[in-house]
Amino acid sequence: MTAPPRRIVVVGASAAGLTAAESLRADGFDGDVVVIGAEPHLGYDRPPLSKQLLSGAWEADRLELLPRHRYDELGIACHLGVAATALDPAGRTVRAGGADVAYDRLLIATGVRPRTWPGTDGLRGVHVLRTIDDTLAFKEAAHAAGRVVVIGAGFLGAEAAATLRGLGIPVTLVGPAPAPMVRQVGPDVARLLGELHAEHDVDLRLGVTVRGIDHDDGRVTGVRLAGGTSLSTTCVLVAIGTAPATGWLDGSGLDLADGVGCDAMCQAGPGVFAAGDVARWFHRTHGTRLRIEHRTNATEQAMAAARAMLGAGQPYEPVPYFWSDQYDTKIQAYGQTAGADRFAVLSGSLEERRFVAVYGRGERVVGVLGWRSPRELLRARALVAGAVPWQDALAA
Amino acid sequence: MKIIVEIDRCVGGGQCVMAAPDVFDQDDDGLAVLLDTDPPAGLTDDVQLAARLCPARAILVEA
Repeated sequence: MTAPPRRIVVVGASAAGLTAAESLRADGFDGDVVVIGAEPHLGYDRPPLSKQLLSGAWEADRLELLPRHRYDELGIACHLGVAATALDPAGRTVRAGGADVAYDRLLIATGVRPRTWPGTDGLRGVHVLRTIDDTLAFKEAAHAAGRVVVIGAGFLGAEAAATLRGLGIPVTLVGPAPAPMVRQVGPDVARLLGELHAEHDVDLRLGVTVRGIDHDDGRVTGVRLAGGTSLSTTCVLVAIGTAPATGWLDGSGLDLADGVGCDAMCQAGPGVFAAGDVARWFHRTHGTRLRIEHRTNATEQAMAAARAMLGAGQPYEPVPYFWSDQYDTKIQAYGQTAGADRFAVLSGSLEERRFVAVYGRGERVVGVLGWRSPRELLRARALVAGAVPWQDALAA
Repeated sequence: MKIIVEIDRCVGGGQCVMAAPDVFDQDDDGLAVLLDTDPPAGLTDDVQLAARLCPARAILVEA
């Protein structure tokens, strides 16, 4: 029997980290809660970065996850602008800002970092979009540019393109896949997304590989595509995915193959837990390890990990959820729409652009997706939660 | 208990409906609809959970 924790340290002051800190208090923990965050900003929400912050509808302070006074009320000691640089699991300390911070339980919630284009470090006009600072810099550059080239037509690239078009900024969207977000939502829904972007005058260059980013005197001048085409621009958004932010854990002995490997209780090692984008945990009902980079998982997993740190954990077995807002269309999904081998429309139709679709793998339902159909989708969630047989879902 | 929904933050995820179905519903666009602005104390835990689960932090609960 291990002694109850007196001091819990959370590395990462974003959605997962702050939700965990809040949940520890909600679950009755009255010891020390210390949150360490690498960014100087008070913890903020990231989904609005590519939407409300980029569009200018919101100022950055509207993104704050917790109002400033809540940190004091909850007794959360927040150290911001301080990056954790090493973990000593045997000594139970985290190295941060040149000091060793002791813990009884540690939550790793350092999220992910955007992948960058090789050889573009320090090149002016080449942007990523992961932080408030990234977004504000990109926003300014996008307004000044005649045309923005977005490399990568996944979630972020597609959402950013939609927001930029809403501002009237010309956009070229480039990606190797044949349609936007095809890996995430499958070919049928992706094709519809492609139509949506085309109708909003996005210059789509899909199924095309980027050969390189051209520059002159330290400033981007264009994007070169396979086949010889060159797109002239002074502003490039690189949206080619992310990598777990685990560099600071090198040498800790933790399993760091694609995120922090955890058991079903989100535990990575003695006294060490992980939650959010960085955590790859064993989902018992799926029978495999998953790492989910979606906003609601950050919250739900942080709540599960907080309980586990207090010795009251349950296996974490969520029904994953994501949403995406592009133009006036809201797309939402439960379960896993990526990697499915079956697809059918349950209600509505692709033509009227209002529908709920079901995704299957083998003989089971693995996901449902709603296009402008939030209420209908919520009702279809049970098909995923129950892993309903494919034929039964269609008959329902 | 007093509940405020900042509707311009709402992303229509429906987490609140699942956590506290007696207090929250969704309209046709998925936006949260507050069914009871001052629910009985027995629902406090559900409402607090809904507020914490909300992926847009659109629900404020005052004791």
